[in-house]
Amino acid sequence: MASFIQLLVSGLATGAIYALIAVGFTLLWQTSQTINFAQGEFVMLPAFFVLAAMNFGAPFWLAILISITLSVVILGLVFKLIIVDPMLKHGVLPLVISTIALSLFLKESAKDFYSSQAQPFPALVPSIDLHVFGAVVSVQSLAVLAVAIATVIALHLLLNHTRLGRMMQATAQNPTLARILGVPVRRMVLYTFLINAVLVAIASVLISPIYLAKFTNGETLGIAAFLAAIIGGFNQVRGAILGGVILGVLDNLSAAYLSSQYRAAFPLIILIVVILWRPQGLLGRLEERTV
Amino acid sequence: MSRSGAVALAAAIIVALALPQFLKGYGIYLLSTWAVLTIAALGLNLTLGYAGQVSLAQGAFVGIGAYTAALLMQAGLPYPLAFVASALLCFAIGWGLGYPALRVQHHYLAFVTLAFNTLVFLVLRNEEWLTHGIYGISGIMRPVLLGWSTAKPLAFYYFCFGMLTVIAAALWWLIRSPWGRAFVALRENPIRALSLGLDTRRYTLMAFAIGSSLGGISGALYAPLVQFIEPNSFALALSFNLLLMVIVGGSGYFYGPFVGALIAVLLPEWLRITQGYYLIVYSAMIMLMMAFCPYGLFGMVERAIKALRLRRAPPAPAAVSALQTERPRP
Repeated sequence: MASFIQLLVSGLATGAIYALIAVGFTLLWQTSQTINFAQGEFVMLPAFFVLAAMNFGAPFWLAILISITLSVVILGLVFKLIIVDPMLKHGVLPLVISTIALSLFLKESAKDFYSSQAQPFPALVPSIDLHVFGAVVSVQSLAVLAVAIATVIALHLLLNHTRLGRMMQATAQNPTLARILGVPVRRMVLYTFLINAVLVAIASVLISPIYLAKFTNGETLGIAAFLAAIIGGFNQVRGAILGGVILGVLDNLSAAYLSSQYRAAFPLIILIVVILWRPQGLLGRLEERTV
Repeated sequence: MSRSGAVALAAAIIVALALPQFLKGYGIYLLSTWAVLTIAALGLNLTLGYAGQVSLAQGAFVGIGAYTAALLMQAGLPYPLAFVASALLCFAIGWGLGYPALRVQHHYLAFVTLAFNTLVFLVLRNEEWLTHGIYGISGIMRPVLLGWSTAKPLAFYYFCFGMLTVIAAALWWLIRSPWGRAFVALRENPIRALSLGLDTRRYTLMAFAIGSSLGGISGALYAPLVQFIEPNSFALALSFNLLLMVIVGGSGYFYGPFVGALIAVLLPEWLRITQGYYLIVYSAMIMLMMAFCPYGLFGMVERAIKALRLRRAPPAPAAVSALQTERPRP
C-alpha cells in the first residue's frame, strides 16, 4: 500500500506534466488544425534556454523568465508566422511533414549548439522526502503537482472567465461565425500558439530536474502528449488533462505491477481501444463528418 | 503517357542501370537503399496517396518483412520462399490494420497506426527468444537466385532494382485498373463512392493490405542488403521518413515516391560536407520545400504546367470553366 501511494503520487506528478503538454497540443488543434509533431521538442528546448541563461550568470528564477520569453517568441510567434501560416491552407499533411522536420531540426540544434550529453537541471524545490502514512513522498512531486494545477486553473480562468478567453473559444468552435461577430480570429489563433509556448516552457522546467535536460527528451514526451490528447479527447481542454493524468498514473503503476518491458505498450493499447470504441476520446465532442 | 514523359522515364532507367558501374561500394549501397525504400514508399503512396488512408506504420511493415525473411532464412528456408512469406504476412497484418480505418479517419487513423508501429517495435525489442532483442540478427546471407549469386554489392543492387521495376510495373497496372479508380474514389469522397455501389469496406482493407505487403517486400530486400537488422531501424523514425518520401515527392503521383526516396536517401549524404550540421540543414530544407511546394515536387510541376497552359490558351467561358474546375484535394 505504501509503495502504491508513492507510485500514485509520482504518477500524478508526471501525469500533470503530460497534461500541460497535451493541453497545448489540443489548443493548437482546436484553433488551427495543427498537429504539432514537434511538441515533444518544444518541451525539450526551453530547458536549454534556462541552462544557457544560467551560463551567462543569470539566477535560476530570472533564467526561467528568460526561457519563457524566448519560447513565446520562438516556439510561439516565429513557429506560427514562419511554419504554420504559409502551410495551413494546404491541409494537414504538408504541415505534419514540416513539424516532423522541425522536431529533427530542434533536436539536432540542441545537440550541436549546446551538448549531446544529458545536463543536470536545478530543481524548483530541494529534494526532501515526506513520510505520509508510511509512504515516502518526495516534495518535488508535490511541487510539480502544485505548479501544474495552478497553471491549469489559470488557463481555465483565462478561457472561461474572461472576454478574451471566450473569444478564443468562439474561434475554436466556429471561426466563420466568430469572425462575423467581430472576433479578431487571426489574433486569437496566434494567442493559442503563445499560450502553448508558455505551457511547454513550464512543463520543461518541471520535467527537466527529473529526466535531466537532454536533446532526445522530446521523443517520449511528444508521444505522451499525443496519447494523452487522444485518450482524453482531441477537442477538449479537460479531456487532455484527464488523458495526461491517466497516462502518467498508468505508466508508473503498470511498470511496477504488470511488466516493465512493456510499460510503453499499455498506453498504446488503451489508445487503440479508446479510438475504436470512442473515437472522440473519453471527454471529447463528436466532430461531424461532411459529405 | 506523353512522349517527353516516356523519354524522361527511359533516361532515368538508363541512368539507374549505368550509374552504379561508376560508383564505389558506399555509392552502390546508397542506391540499393534507395531502390529498397522506394518499394516501401510506393506501398505507402498506394495506401495514402491513392486511397487516402493515412498510415504511420509503413516502417513497422518493413521491420516485420525484414525479420520474417531473416528468421525464415536462418531456419533454412530458401530466400524466394522467405520473400513470399514476408509479403503474405504483411498482407495479412495490413488487412487487420485496415479495420480501424473502417471506423476512424485522418488524424485518428494516423495515431492508431502510429501506436501500432510502436507496438511492433516493442515486440521486436522485447521478445528476445524470437528476435534476439536489441542484439538484432546478424550474418544474413544474400541469396543465390537461379545460380546467380547476389553476394556482391553491384549484383545485389541489380536484384533490388529489378524487383523495384517489377513492382512498379504491377502497381502501374493496378492503379489504371478499376481497383485503382476505386481507391481514388475512396480518397476523394468515400460516402459518394459507397452510394455509387462501391464496396468501400473491402477497398479500404485492400488499400492497407497491398500497401503493407509492399512494405514487407521492401523489408525482405532490406535484410539481405544490410545483413544486420535490429529493432531501432524500424522505429517510428522510419515510418516518418517513408511518409516524408511520399509527401515530398508528391502524394498520389505515381513517380512521387521515386523522387521522394531519392531526396530522403541522398540529400543527407550530399549535405555531409556541412559536417556535424547536415541533419540541421536537411530538416531546414525539408521545411522550406514543404512551404514552397506543399503538394510535393510532382504536384508543383503539374501546377506549373497547368498555369502555363492557362496563360497560353484563351480563357474559357465562365460557366464552362466553373464546371471544369476540380475539387480541391483534401
